[in-house]
Amino acid sequence: MSTLVIVEHDNQQMHAATRNTFAAALQLDKNPVLLVVGYDCQKVAQQAAAMAGVHAVWLVDNPCYAHQLAENVSELVVSMASSFSAILAPASTFGKNLLPRVAAKLDVTQVSDVSRIIDHNSFEHPIYAGNAIETVRVLDPIKVLTIRTTAFDAINETQSPCSIDQIDKPIEEKNTHFIKHELSRSERPDLSSAKIVVSGGRGLQSAEKFKLIEELADALGAAVGASRAAVDAGFVPNDFQVGQTGKVVAPALYIAVGISGAIQHLAGMKDSKVIVAINKDAEAPIFQIATYGLVGDLFELIPKMIKQIKEN
Amino acid sequence: MKILVAVKRVVDPYVKVRVKADGTGVEKQNVKMSMNPFDEIAMEQAIRLLEQKIATEVIAVTIGSDASQETLRQALALGANRAILVKTDNDLCSLNIAKILQKIAVDEQPDLILMGKQAIDGDNNQTPQMLAALLNWPQATFISELNIDGRSIKTTREIDGGLETLEMTLPAVISVDLRLNEPRYASLPNIMKAKSKPLSVLDLETLGLDLKKHIEILAVTAPPTRSGGIKVDSVEELLKKLKEEAKVL
Repeated sequence: MSTLVIVEHDNQQMHAATRNTFAAALQLDKNPVLLVVGYDCQKVAQQAAAMAGVHAVWLVDNPCYAHQLAENVSELVVSMASSFSAILAPASTFGKNLLPRVAAKLDVTQVSDVSRIIDHNSFEHPIYAGNAIETVRVLDPIKVLTIRTTAFDAINETQSPCSIDQIDKPIEEKNTHFIKHELSRSERPDLSSAKIVVSGGRGLQSAEKFKLIEELADALGAAVGASRAAVDAGFVPNDFQVGQTGKVVAPALYIAVGISGAIQHLAGMKDSKVIVAINKDAEAPIFQIATYGLVGDLFELIPKMIKQIKEN
Repeated sequence: MKILVAVKRVVDPYVKVRVKADGTGVEKQNVKMSMNPFDEIAMEQAIRLLEQKIATEVIAVTIGSDASQETLRQALALGANRAILVKTDNDLCSLNIAKILQKIAVDEQPDLILMGKQAIDGDNNQTPQMLAALLNWPQATFISELNIDGRSIKTTREIDGGLETLEMTLPAVISVDLRLNEPRYASLPNIMKAKSKPLSVLDLETLGLDLKKHIEILAVTAPPTRSGGIKVDSVEELLKKLKEEAKVL
């Protein structure tokens, strides 16, 4: 069983999701190969090579991969696939965009959001917004899997870097061109891997008042999340969304403020260790899964909470 | 420009699904079904392009049992010109769905294929990417903005860190995200009109496709249940519990 892990990165920094994906790969194979594809991304390859347990890093560094378009990166991965029996990437927007294209080119199925590896052919993954768990057996020779990162503990230990194999294989893409990125910049921890997440919903009423959530998050050193209602109302950008169609998080502590707890939101956070709900509606569904619930007006409670956290 | 929109009939998003006791799937008997919400957004986008005279024809396609005709009638009521049902009673994996859609695309020669980014039942988020791969067309996934200028499209994608804008040439496969548009409701006169719009039914077996079995579903189980905890009375008590009982602060 030889396994290829596609490293997610922005040409500068290896994304934390790769650490969880590598942990999943280790369950399939003692010696997975990490593939770094990009442009001017030697730094990323070095970070990958320094992750504990990594023995092989392949680096494909070429201007044609600068924006990691699914069209040419999939061709590249397919060209390497014959030596592997499993190809893994995180179930992030990067992995979801790329891997189904790889799988179809290989004429094999793809399993999305794998939450447990049972053996080399059988995997669990959530369906119906996490309301059912499906166990599947893949009949194809190559398993193409996106990994639910919150289901595997990240490899954060380091080692002295292994050697990096440079591969030169440019594949130009003519029909798709990158125009621009508009990234949300934040000093806060990354939402998907944060230990504490504070999320706000429709109850925050406006973008102005949503700042209260940010203040609470900063007091706790937490990441900020949001429900779809808060995103649709324009309180925060879409990449803050937690849920079936946004990010899936499983922090030690999730604080849901002014969020009713629709099925689609719960899909993204119900595996959190401790859930706190703060809502003025005592009947809100969020209280049915919250470890600790506090009923009341968030505009009174949250400032009080911030004050008390700062005092301690 | 001809647009193909793929739609799927799924359990309504507001239904709390129940896993069958025998572990073969979720209960679908007497459960409300609807068009997959992401597909409604794809359909709305196609209709808007029709209204802007960018599109000349919008074809809705689905794969499923006879009951899926209802979903196609809804697409027609929203404004699609005609509809195609590829009839099968089997549950197919994303790759086989993509292969069927590839065949329809080869026959119909659309300039653009619009689809939802994922179906809310399987949550796979695969079929559009697979279809693009099989056709060897460019793909724009999870889009929240679309501008078409002749044979060139500019589209904004929702990615983890924010937004990304790509430009590509047609034909292309596009999968839509929630924020692309606000789908309309079908009016009663349009629902009546939809009854007389063409809906062709093709038997999957007659398409001459060689569809392999790629995946076997071993079991469908309920996730571990999480029960509610306690209600606290004050911020002080909450912080105390988080510190001393849960030890997360």
